[in-house]
Amino acid sequence: MKVKNYNDLVAWKEKCPRKLDYKINVLICNGTSCLSSDSEMISVLLEQELKSRNLEAEIRTIRTGCFGFCGQGPIIKIEPDDITYVQVKVEDIKEIVDSHLINNIVVDRLLYQEPDKTEVVGNSSGMNFYKKQMRIALRNCGEIDPENIEHYISNDGYFALAKVLFELTPEEVIQVVKKSGLRGRGGGGFYTGVKWEMSRKSPGDEKYIICNADEGDPGAFMDRSIMEGDPHSVLEAMIIAGYAIGANKGLVYIRAEYGVATNRVRKAINDARESGFLGKNILGTDFSFDIEIKLGAGAFVCGEETALIKSMEGHRGEPQKKPPFPSQSGFRGKPSNVNNVETFANIPSIILKGAEWYSSIGTEKSKGTKVFALAGQIRNNGLVEVPMGTTFREIVYDIGGGHPNGKDIKAIQIGGPSGGVITKEYFDMSIDYESLLAMGAMMGSGGMIIMDEDTDMVQIAKFYLEFTQDESCGKCTPCRIGTKRMYEILERLVNMEGSPEDLERLRVLGENIKNTSLCGLGQTAPNPVLSTMKYFREEYEAYAYRTKKTKYSIDPKLCIGCTKCARNCPVSCIEGSVRQPHYIDESKCIACGACYEACPVNAIIKP
Amino acid sequence: MRNKILDTSTLDKELLAKLDAFIDSLEGDKQEHLIHVLHKAQELFGYLPQNLQLYIARKLDLPGVRVNGVVSFYSFFNEKPVGKYTISVCMGTACFVKGADKVLERVIELTGANKNEISKDGLFTIKDVRCIGACGLAPVMTINDKVYGKVKPGDVDEIIRHYRSIENES
Repeated sequence: MKVKNYNDLVAWKEKCPRKLDYKINVLICNGTSCLSSDSEMISVLLEQELKSRNLEAEIRTIRTGCFGFCGQGPIIKIEPDDITYVQVKVEDIKEIVDSHLINNIVVDRLLYQEPDKTEVVGNSSGMNFYKKQMRIALRNCGEIDPENIEHYISNDGYFALAKVLFELTPEEVIQVVKKSGLRGRGGGGFYTGVKWEMSRKSPGDEKYIICNADEGDPGAFMDRSIMEGDPHSVLEAMIIAGYAIGANKGLVYIRAEYGVATNRVRKAINDARESGFLGKNILGTDFSFDIEIKLGAGAFVCGEETALIKSMEGHRGEPQKKPPFPSQSGFRGKPSNVNNVETFANIPSIILKGAEWYSSIGTEKSKGTKVFALAGQIRNNGLVEVPMGTTFREIVYDIGGGHPNGKDIKAIQIGGPSGGVITKEYFDMSIDYESLLAMGAMMGSGGMIIMDEDTDMVQIAKFYLEFTQDESCGKCTPCRIGTKRMYEILERLVNMEGSPEDLERLRVLGENIKNTSLCGLGQTAPNPVLSTMKYFREEYEAYAYRTKKTKYSIDPKLCIGCTKCARNCPVSCIEGSVRQPHYIDESKCIACGACYEACPVNAIIKP
Repeated sequence: MRNKILDTSTLDKELLAKLDAFIDSLEGDKQEHLIHVLHKAQELFGYLPQNLQLYIARKLDLPGVRVNGVVSFYSFFNEKPVGKYTISVCMGTACFVKGADKVLERVIELTGANKNEISKDGLFTIKDVRCIGACGLAPVMTINDKVYGKVKPGDVDEIIRHYRSIENES
């Protein structure tokens, strides 16, 4: 339907199929992670089962966005019983239908079990994973069908837009955002309200709102999950931003790799246009605004706002000198306001609930919540949203459940290729923009990679450098050549061809690149190296002094002679008779770790 | 490159007509749509050979070097033909920490094709890709659209064998 005024919107919300129109709703996660574990097949089968039993009128299936608990996927949630099933397989569908949906008997074996506990948990709010979370940016993810605009509206969707258009002047909108204390969630943490004000004050007949959806940090997937799970909240915020700064055109720049997200945003744009939230005279006012998608093509540097704008104009994505800032001269040389997806997703709630509410959450300088992507050596992989000021320990142990095998976690890498490591001594530190910078890391987009005692920090640093030197656009020399030289030094070190002087060389070179590069990519590229060198110097020294052990070996006291290691070794360098201790020929060992994975008694000693 | 004679004899006429129709349908400044056009061209032709790049350049009234500059800048665009199956091993941090490099090594070993290369039988193209965001399933590799999660180096043999057997049957 076409919404022409405020009353239309209220009337539509009243009529929207609410969740309880049906006796039972079955919510099936359709995030990328669950989709890769057959969740689409599960949805199709479930629908077939319901159809064959003539239950379609009472029970509805809803394909939702990401629930966040990716490590336990595919996830199915049943409402109104509030029962969450985890790791559901195609063959479990029949049982869920027969037992739970028809006879109201919960299928215990598919419920989540907290580690080290015997009882199972049925409702998600009872799971440790969700207890400390507070979902604002992710408020609709896993709750609604992202492809159905009515679901969004029934959760107060587009009411923030209506409030802005009918009750607030553009200046008042900017004041609300400024007062809320919201800061950019894409990395730098610039105050969003201040940015909006700058864009509003910049003279120009034409202005643009740009959504930066070029999420490139390896290990971060919150922006993708928001676009997949709640695309309308991003669109609504962009329209509000357009009204606030005086722009009539919005552009979403999405990574080409994000196929599902692109399709959902495209559908959301079309639906919003048909419903009167985009286009001419929105909700009957004289404000007009439209949104278009621009596809990226696989370049990490395009997450930098000036490079992103160049790419949107059809050029190589090379960053430009600032000033002028995009808010002064951006896309097509016009004032352009660039915000990231997660930043936008917070806006509708801030408008509806007020700046005071938002600024009451978080720390003194970092307000609201932040979404983090937990990955690496952690039990509960997934997306979590917590108030700023939460500690690393709470995230890793209370929410994340600690190490999957109970090993010692030695560090967390945060901020991706621009960030650094937080060592376990600092796990009680509050997470906010300032504390992280003081540690030599940064918030970045919020990827957290958990590393255990077995992780080789020099290899990790080398991994990130390989990434940045490959993604360096080549425009400025410090970044193009400097990161390459740093990478070569690291390579020399891990090949046992380095020397103690290399460590000083790395440090000096790193400092120089930070000080002299043109854009954020180069200015932060040395961070992973400098930060791991600061906190794990002994690991670098082991390589530099060539005392590092690089081959695997077997502890003869622990080995039970089961032969599993020998059978799994791809180069057949393990020998020994059955029930006798085995030995690794270190001259042939390629350090692949296959034996380590195979050993049932932990007798393999890692280098 | 401007003066080079454009030879489109190796390009499929029907596909070119589709590309033309797409370019003609674009509104506004056509040069600004270059990346959009390249996406479409790669979708149609599978990759972007030099004469196709030059064809696009002429069509958009751009120097050939501008088009090639953009194509070579972005990793999404292929200048070489790709195999029937593209094996992409995710090299995101989560996958790396869980041993994706070992998986990639095994893929390279088994297919005989290096990174960004096509195997001799034309079946596989090998790519190491940036985080695909399925970190919960790390390490992850994809073959065309199919996602394989929690892959161990030892699993690769079976997976590759599966695709080879599909080919042998057909």
